[in-house]
Amino acid sequence: MSTAISFESVSKTFSVDGRQVDALRDVDLTVARGDIFGIVGYSGAGKSTLLRTVNALERPTSGRVVVDGLEVSALTGRQLGLVRRRVGMIFQQFNLLQSRNVYKNIAYPLGLAGLSRDRTIDRVEELLDFVGLTDKALAYPSHLSGGQKQRVGIARALANSPDILICDEATSALDPQTTGEVLDLLRRVNAEFGVTILLVTHEMDVIRSITNKVAVMQNGQVVESGTTYDLFAKPQHPTSQRFVSSVLHHHASDGALERIRRVHHGRIVQIHVENRESNDPFLSRIARQHGVDFNVVYGGVSELQSRLFGNLTVELLGDDGAVDAAIRDIRATTSIEEVGARA
Amino acid sequence: MREIDLESLMPKIGKALIETLQMVTVSFLLAGIIGVLLGIVLYATRRGNILQNAVVFGLLNALINIIRPIPFIILIVSITPLTRLVIGTSIGTGAAIFALTIVASFSIARIAETSLVAVDAGAVEAGTAMGASPARVLFTIVIPEALGPLVLGLTYIFVALVDATAVAGLVGGGGLGNLALTYGYQRFDWFVMGVVIVSLIILVQLAQLLGNLISRKVLHA
Repeated sequence: MSTAISFESVSKTFSVDGRQVDALRDVDLTVARGDIFGIVGYSGAGKSTLLRTVNALERPTSGRVVVDGLEVSALTGRQLGLVRRRVGMIFQQFNLLQSRNVYKNIAYPLGLAGLSRDRTIDRVEELLDFVGLTDKALAYPSHLSGGQKQRVGIARALANSPDILICDEATSALDPQTTGEVLDLLRRVNAEFGVTILLVTHEMDVIRSITNKVAVMQNGQVVESGTTYDLFAKPQHPTSQRFVSSVLHHHASDGALERIRRVHHGRIVQIHVENRESNDPFLSRIARQHGVDFNVVYGGVSELQSRLFGNLTVELLGDDGAVDAAIRDIRATTSIEEVGARA
Repeated sequence: MREIDLESLMPKIGKALIETLQMVTVSFLLAGIIGVLLGIVLYATRRGNILQNAVVFGLLNALINIIRPIPFIILIVSITPLTRLVIGTSIGTGAAIFALTIVASFSIARIAETSLVAVDAGAVEAGTAMGASPARVLFTIVIPEALGPLVLGLTYIFVALVDATAVAGLVGGGGLGNLALTYGYQRFDWFVMGVVIVSLIILVQLAQLLGNLISRKVLHA
């Protein structure tokens, strides 16, 4: 699969009140064509700064940003303008032009591309139809709801049929219902037009619902990246784990474990659950084999991109030797980890 | 109490009203053009903007700060040599219009600059992200987006000009204010004074009403 965007050792240093602040430190990332790539991080992690290097709203202090084979970080003037027309952008605050109606907002980038009046009318109609705002063509932005404004933003960003769409916290100002509608629209943009989407957000729900790849940022660095499934199923970095546990509650917290232990005096283990090829009922089979009883005391299983994953907290009851043997056998099938000895 | 002689008064008030309207509208139109252009220059030469130029910005900025605090009554007298040079005479309606235009130009320049600076940075960024050149962003985004507040600012200046014309009597510019000063203030003719005040109030109300209307039309709020 070809590369849409690559960040190569991208660093950015701001000077704030004479102090040097590293907004980006040596970021390497590759976004493949067709991806919906999410960058997640707390505010100040540098994710928006990184996103804004894609259309050179920010320029790296060092390193390269290559978009569609062109090094945007080195372009200026007219050439940069041309590349920017190939990259649509939507914003948290929508950034519509208040002095123009919906039609003229969407037509603005077409004017930049020098499209004729007739073709502009056709194209805007097409876009309005796509985002479902045909009846709002003559409305002004101040009369639209947040969700409608963002749909105008999307139509405007798509006007010149870009290859890439970048989204800067595009749903952060919207309520959950509207967020869902906007995400559905972005999914269609990706599926129907093959537009590569790079988005930054602090909302894990957004990451979970539409991205296929994800990078986690902290202090200007990418601390973890990979498929969205892997991030949710096996987060490696503590920050990733914190983000994942903000939306999934598969793992018992320390407090929950303590309450569990008050009732359950057997040995407590965490068993990783994943999509498996076989339908082997391994848990009950192994328990029966070793004369061990098991008791599911906590856990959760979720589906992501049609694949299951989760974690079960299980109390194992039986002789220590038998429990040890059972744990060993389970480990041959999936990952299992004991969470401390009996209280 | 003197008898009120409406027949001789009406033409006087009519003439004064026309003089006032003439002074206000001509100086407003001229100052509108000059002031808005100066405001755009101020905005464009600001640090970080398209024509960034510390010298031009600094000089213009200083000039505005020098002219604006001078009371109009003093300014109109102090610039008589310049007025004579440009208009050919330092008295009459023309001379008054010259002084009014200078004062209003600098005020409008500041108001225009403020309106331009206040435009949402997000709108500018969106334009840049879409690939518009800085000049294109200025003319197709910043200026149109600033128009609403600019119209309100211009309305304010229009009203201030009506106020300032009262002083124009000083250089023989005539007008309603002058009428009120000579009849009302110097001859204690309260009736004339009252008629002039009512006329001024109506004039100002109409201007404000029109300004609000245009501004709302431009703002689409």
